[in-house]
Amino acid sequence: MFGLGKKDFTLFLIVAVLALFAPFILNPFPTDSGLAQFNAGYPDLMQRFVIFGILAIGFNILFGLTGYLSFGHAAFLGVGSYAAVWMFKLLSMNVIPAILLSMIVAGLFAVVIGYVSLRRSGIYFSILTLAFAQMSYNLAYSVLTPITNGETGLQITLDDPRVLGVSATADGGIPVTNLFGMEMRSFETLVLGPWEFQFSVGYYLAAIIMLISFYVAIRIFRSPFGMMLRAIKSNQNRLYYTGLNARPYTLAAFVISGMYAGLAGGLLACMDPLAGAERMQWTASGEVVLMTILGGAGTLIGPVLGAGFIKYFENIFSKINDQVVHGWVSFLPDGLEDLVVALIHPFVGKGWHLTLGLLFMLIVIFLPGGLVEGGQRIARRLRRKPAKDDAKSASTTPAE
Amino acid sequence: MSKTTLTRRGVLRTGAVAGAGVALPTIFTASSARAFTNAPTGGSVTLGFNVPQTGPYADEGADELRAYELAVEHLNGGGDGGMLNTFSSKALDGTGIMGKKVEYVTGDTQTKSDAARASAKSMIEKDGAIMITGGSSSGVAIAVQGLCQEAGVIFMAGLTHSNDTTGKDKKANGFRHFFNAYMSGAALAPVLAKMYGDDRKAYHLTADYTWGWTQEESIKAATEALGWETVNAVKTPLAQTDFSSYIAPVLNSGADVLVLNHYGGNMVNSLTNAVQFGLREKQVNGKNFEIVVPLYSRLMARGAGENVKGIFGSTNWHWSLQDAGSKAFVQSFGTKYGFPPSQAAHTCYVQTLLYADAVQRAGSFDPCAVGEALAGFEFDGLGNGPTLYRAEDHQCFKDVLVVKGKENPTSEFDLLEVVEVTPRAQVEYAPDHPMFAGGSLGACNPGA
Repeated sequence: MFGLGKKDFTLFLIVAVLALFAPFILNPFPTDSGLAQFNAGYPDLMQRFVIFGILAIGFNILFGLTGYLSFGHAAFLGVGSYAAVWMFKLLSMNVIPAILLSMIVAGLFAVVIGYVSLRRSGIYFSILTLAFAQMSYNLAYSVLTPITNGETGLQITLDDPRVLGVSATADGGIPVTNLFGMEMRSFETLVLGPWEFQFSVGYYLAAIIMLISFYVAIRIFRSPFGMMLRAIKSNQNRLYYTGLNARPYTLAAFVISGMYAGLAGGLLACMDPLAGAERMQWTASGEVVLMTILGGAGTLIGPVLGAGFIKYFENIFSKINDQVVHGWVSFLPDGLEDLVVALIHPFVGKGWHLTLGLLFMLIVIFLPGGLVEGGQRIARRLRRKPAKDDAKSASTTPAE
Repeated sequence: MSKTTLTRRGVLRTGAVAGAGVALPTIFTASSARAFTNAPTGGSVTLGFNVPQTGPYADEGADELRAYELAVEHLNGGGDGGMLNTFSSKALDGTGIMGKKVEYVTGDTQTKSDAARASAKSMIEKDGAIMITGGSSSGVAIAVQGLCQEAGVIFMAGLTHSNDTTGKDKKANGFRHFFNAYMSGAALAPVLAKMYGDDRKAYHLTADYTWGWTQEESIKAATEALGWETVNAVKTPLAQTDFSSYIAPVLNSGADVLVLNHYGGNMVNSLTNAVQFGLREKQVNGKNFEIVVPLYSRLMARGAGENVKGIFGSTNWHWSLQDAGSKAFVQSFGTKYGFPPSQAAHTCYVQTLLYADAVQRAGSFDPCAVGEALAGFEFDGLGNGPTLYRAEDHQCFKDVLVVKGKENPTSEFDLLEVVEVTPRAQVEYAPDHPMFAGGSLGACNPGA
């Protein structure tokens, strides 16, 4: 269906169901219970899940298929955000032009960076992209301050000259990003017994765009073009010997990947109209690489899972403070309680990086294929089937 | 590839998904009937403390968090009550805010606007925070202030010193107790002129972001008005850790004063570099070479160690002040944590109390009512003498301290001595002063 094979269609369907019912799936604990701390079903985080999912899907088209490890993907994310915010400032608070412009600008940016960087491969390519990204970051941070507003970040103000639309609303507020009148920030709360579920317009817009991006990615993976990209990954020299020029293909993959990142950046700005230079920093680029590897590079769904995993830690674990931990273990005798809290303390709150790092190490050591491999192993255990059948379904590593 | 085999299950499944997709938009049509964002319903109210727990300002962030915890304890009637006993407004009685127990959530801003906004958003959307406070960088404070304006909650700024926070980026839902760069300049310049004379040539090194820019602008204007000449002003990246390459040119510039518009780790490093280059022993134009640090904090003084001796700067508050409010605060902070609070801790503690008091006086958690109660509010007993929350820009006006690195510190906390308490009248300015012009508060936003 939709030009997808049966297995791909099932996968797409699963992702679609997960995305559309995320407000339920991510809020498994009643609001008043102590475990509500672990609920992730609030609009901002759900938006981040799908937006960084888009970024990781795009990154995977480059890294998973061609094997070119870009260490500068955050630059496209940042450029996309700036483009979108400028569109809000100058044209209209409607998100459509902003998203389109962010993709176009990121695409052009990718053509320039890709044209230069793709003359080298392997580690040299990674370093070149890293250099370009840091350059963009530093430019945005200081030299281009009139365009980017430096460290403070580009924001919407009350005196923006908006051509289609008003500078300020009737009651003196800043207008809100919207899709033909539907405000991105508005949401509806559904109360079912002790549970509360939030459905946000912004989230569903981002989720639908993510599904479209996911669909396009599947088509690219299964197309002859995707096959060429895999050929580049497995042996570029052989490709040259057969008389094929690989560079147009890598450049195309790089630009597509950059546009995905630009789209993600634009969407971030649509949900929250601010663009900061730190979105382009090398740590942000590194995060994309981590997401992809954590989820499973070269697989379709892996990067999305990885993105969700990292964003969950950043937003949920970082907010567990000593007070919360005390609440959990309050049933223990006093001395023991303090001891347990002292033991947990380094791993939660500001120590979330440490927990994430440990998990990353464990996954890379024991599940080199990322979370997807973990899922496959569990499925295999449950079905008690021989390994071979199953591995084919989701794994798309090129056979050599 | 497109092999269409229709099965009963397949059709049902597709139908269900499509149906759900079509039905989805209808749930957005009705809008909720709440009067304002996160109106507290149960017996408790949640405040959001958003401070840097990692990154260059982590020290300040940790101290801010301690102050917030202390403030919550006092609001709920625990401890010795701290400044609640000396505060001129007696609306708070130690039973929480309007009878509701105060609870709090914490978050890490990472000193990045993006992360800070994500953290603040999760406090508002997930934890139901009615007020957000914190921040140790002006860039972050401005970004979070903008978010709170959009979301419809009150933002009580923590440590932010840029003119822009209550200048061109001011917001109706944002309030700042801390002083600003203009006030630093206005308080510091007369003391500098008295100590170093009015015929000086200054060289500026400035942290390249909103705070640095406004700090440089302010101190330049204040010193030039007294007859000083500005030789050069160089911007340095915020992430810089070695300033040798910036200090070397100072030696040959003909300048006889170096102004370091740096804060936190930046200032510690640049001052250390400057001292290593022997700037303080130099004679230029027949005068002793001097170094000035416009914004000082005890945590920075501790980081720079010996090098701060005799160096002038300004500060919002210092724990050695002898008024009743400061003494009460130092007493309860010291009892709980074993060391005196920093100025960042002080301003955060005071902001929490001011918010709670405003809610109590307004009789409502509605951000617009709270904003009205805070605007134009005059109070005393919180460590800075009589203070006014100006209605025009939501900036507090109070005395400013000019301090000097102590020559003979008696303990590791006793690093600064107060040279002069500059009276409030001397640091006041019109709301439309050119350094603050260009923005507008807009209307208060109570949210959904």
